[in-house]
Amino acid sequence: MDDDDPNLKHPSDKQDNSGVSRRDFLKISGISVAVPLVAGPQAVMAAGQQVPVYGPGKVPMEFTINGKVHKASLEPRVTLLDALRDQFELTGAKRVCDRAECGSCTVLVENKPVYACSVLAIEAQHKAITTVESLMQAGKLHPLQQAFVENDASQCGFCTPGFVVACKSLLDKHPHPTPEDIRRGLSGNLCRCGTYAGIRQAMAQLSQKGA
Amino acid sequence: MPDYAWPDQEHRTLIGKRITRVDSPVKVSGQAKYTYDVHRPGMLYGKVLRCPYAHAKVVSIDTSAAERMPGVKAVEIVQKPNANIHWAGDDVVAVAAVDEPTAEDAIRAIQVEYQKLPHLVSDAEPPQGATQEEGPLSMNDIDDLLDNQVPNRQIVEKIQQYGVTEKPTEDKLKSFKSSGANDAVLNALREATVHPEAASRPKSNYEKAAAQTVGDPDKAMAEAEVVSEGLYGVPVITHCCLESHGTISEWPDADHLLTHISTQNVSGIPGQMAEPLAIPASNIHVHQDHVGGGFGSKFSPDRWGIFTAQISKKAQGKPVRIMLERDAELEVAGARPSAYARVKVGAKRDGTLVAWQSESWGTGGPGGGGMPPIPYVFTIPHQRKEHTAIRNNIGPARAWRAPNHPQAAVLTMCALDDLAAKLNMDPVEFFGKNLDITKPRQDIYREELGIAANLMGWNEKWHPRAQNRSGNITRGVGLSLHTWGGRGHNSDCDLTLHPDGSVDLKLGSQDLGTGTRTCILIVAADTLGVPMDAIQLEIGDTTYPPSGGSGGSTTIGGVSSSTRRAAVDARDLLFAKVAPTLDAQPDQLECVNGRVGVKGDSHRSLSWKEACAKLGAMPITVRGTNPDRTKPPDLTNSGVGGVQMAEVEVDTDTGIVKVEKMVAVQDCGLVIDLKTAESQCYGALIMGISYSLFEEKVMDPTTGRMLNANLEFYRLAGFNDIPELVVHMMTGKGYDERGVIGLGEPPVVSPGAAISNAVANAIGVRVPFLPLTPDRVLAALGQKAGA
Repeated sequence: MDDDDPNLKHPSDKQDNSGVSRRDFLKISGISVAVPLVAGPQAVMAAGQQVPVYGPGKVPMEFTINGKVHKASLEPRVTLLDALRDQFELTGAKRVCDRAECGSCTVLVENKPVYACSVLAIEAQHKAITTVESLMQAGKLHPLQQAFVENDASQCGFCTPGFVVACKSLLDKHPHPTPEDIRRGLSGNLCRCGTYAGIRQAMAQLSQKGA
Repeated sequence: MPDYAWPDQEHRTLIGKRITRVDSPVKVSGQAKYTYDVHRPGMLYGKVLRCPYAHAKVVSIDTSAAERMPGVKAVEIVQKPNANIHWAGDDVVAVAAVDEPTAEDAIRAIQVEYQKLPHLVSDAEPPQGATQEEGPLSMNDIDDLLDNQVPNRQIVEKIQQYGVTEKPTEDKLKSFKSSGANDAVLNALREATVHPEAASRPKSNYEKAAAQTVGDPDKAMAEAEVVSEGLYGVPVITHCCLESHGTISEWPDADHLLTHISTQNVSGIPGQMAEPLAIPASNIHVHQDHVGGGFGSKFSPDRWGIFTAQISKKAQGKPVRIMLERDAELEVAGARPSAYARVKVGAKRDGTLVAWQSESWGTGGPGGGGMPPIPYVFTIPHQRKEHTAIRNNIGPARAWRAPNHPQAAVLTMCALDDLAAKLNMDPVEFFGKNLDITKPRQDIYREELGIAANLMGWNEKWHPRAQNRSGNITRGVGLSLHTWGGRGHNSDCDLTLHPDGSVDLKLGSQDLGTGTRTCILIVAADTLGVPMDAIQLEIGDTTYPPSGGSGGSTTIGGVSSSTRRAAVDARDLLFAKVAPTLDAQPDQLECVNGRVGVKGDSHRSLSWKEACAKLGAMPITVRGTNPDRTKPPDLTNSGVGGVQMAEVEVDTDTGIVKVEKMVAVQDCGLVIDLKTAESQCYGALIMGISYSLFEEKVMDPTTGRMLNANLEFYRLAGFNDIPELVVHMMTGKGYDERGVIGLGEPPVVSPGAAISNAVANAIGVRVPFLPLTPDRVLAALGQKAGA
């Protein structure tokens, strides 16, 4: 399998490829040394430094997700989003645009919101990952989720988990967000059904009460 | 005869109230499982190699390298050598592998040689004389129609209208059948008139799709005292469902298929998969819990749905998943046809509309497309209309929320608004004056127009065009009217009362996020007098009674009617069992607040549980059906009216349009759940702002490919774009007694026209085409300055 030969990754070599996919980009912008197919890291010299190189085969990884340790053997090119969804059955974060535009995959890494589609799983190891699944405690909705329910802030619901996590992160930073804080804080998430009105109302309600 | 009629206002406990959506908790907590989230044991991941050319012939395919790759479990050639491809992104080869990265590698390892053919992706105005009368169909034409997934019904109409150029052989008919032609198409072909001379006719991309004359338009236009002429249009946009199209298929045994599919049409899927898979529809089990958007694009299993089943068969029946990538979703999985028109409209000096003339064109991709219903809402007495359908290589069109109506609204309401400006009339007065020709909904529109004007503050905000300019920021208001059918579809449901008091209700419907689950439970609970959470509702499975696809705003009328009939029958059966115990006649009983008792006698009653215990050892199941003439009255109806108004702010230096406020006033007969009904309207306004300001499927004339098949450049409205939104549902007397009518589509019709009219009011000149992007606004302002 010569798939990780960076010379073959150039899009012009591929008749069916009009653009560079994110995965390709992550690969071609990486280290340009051919590496053998091994599981463990290999040290190579790059820019005058010894750097460990993983892959291209599967490597063992360990994650801390919602306070629990999860282990999996994954290729280094697998994104955090795909690891969460395909390996750990945490399907709250959704794959929609798959390139850091729509926010449907939003999770918290070290309490900061990130687009999980654009973070490699291998880089999210040993960091505190929080997903929408952790917000409900003992079968009870988080006040933020309750406000979403009361204000009918979801329709088809596919963008909703991403919005909930983005709102959680915004409220952690600004417990009483102004309309301007809300607009700015949620501008990284998209909805197709048009639930912004309900979300705005839910956030206004929480802003008054404090969440 | 039991009384199936909707209860009147005093006797409703839940219907028409503001009830919270029942499936919100699973959605906000990430527990709701969509097709994309289904992870079947041993599931293989499918990927599709797509054609990079807009028009090409497949010359050769070499899949050997992919087949040798470790982890690749099956390779399926979808379009064999010699197949003609009519749009970029069409499926050529599909693979299934143990994980997604491996499947991607396998796709890259496949070599396909194409012969490129000339393409057309433009939908610009047809060149003079290019439009061809439609004529007899060749066998290649039939192949193309089937390839392009034109509905069978339309193919039959074309065959019957135009005939064919040769008599098809039985072998040819067989091959049509395997490409998706149904018996109606085959019969039409057998019986078609043959015109052999037409075989040599060269084909044009421009085809006359409609030519209609009503009254005497020439005389009426000549006599009109004021005439306005203009150019208007809306481009092709996409559905852009956040959950892409996709399917997971598996064979539990050699003859039975289990399919999880993202669909608006659970009960309708097996019938569409049976023939291509050569198994009975009864052997196909379809399941879906939640769907992440459809908007009209998810009625068919699609070719990729069929080949997940075929690939699964090759892979020993293991589950095979194909969910479209975002670029494919935007390129091939749904587009709304464009529509443009040169419109001339004439009126008397007092504003009375007399004449309409339009030359319109547009594209729905390879299938061409039809004329939108223009002039929209207003039946202008004298009309001449011609429409040219452009057949091109942008990919197939699909029904997009209120098919053809948003286009018709822009072409009509913008032309009428320009005429009002020429007459120097306030559009509220002008539209109001012509409501007599909006029959039969003139009274509804009149009432709605007044309410909308109040909610918008129209009288304070409206000004003659561009007379309110101070500096570079200018404001304006605009309005539009719309209509839709929305009669309830066919729906069956089974309601079971168990002797322990539990209740379950099953139907093969689906909830697109419109609130279908919530509304079904409201109707059942209101009728049985029990809380909504006392009823277990199951939808989204073909083992339940069939219920129609969710298109045309037909779901709410269908499912609420079948549920009402089932619940009334179940309640009456229970009354018959309980009456002796309460020493009463069944018709003296009522169920209220979880008790079954004698009307007007609070001492003679049983709890719901005690009452159900009288059923004996066995549960009872009743079937509710819509329509059901044996159980009158008709509980659903057709035909709604809506009025919308928009206020915008335009920066004439940058051309940026910002919507400041929108008002939607909407009728839909009897509202089941006011809360989710209002949400439909809020959502439609937001979707409307999105297509008015941002959305367009941009095609590259050189490569023939979509340039913005991603969410950076195919822009959806975001949080920042959402203004003050006001929704007013028409309810109460005059509305409730009409019965239940669909709401999903109508409120998305008017935003484009209302916003375009507001911009014209603000800047004093028409921006002809949506979306109202800064470049278009500046170009229109430049033309006005130059004029």
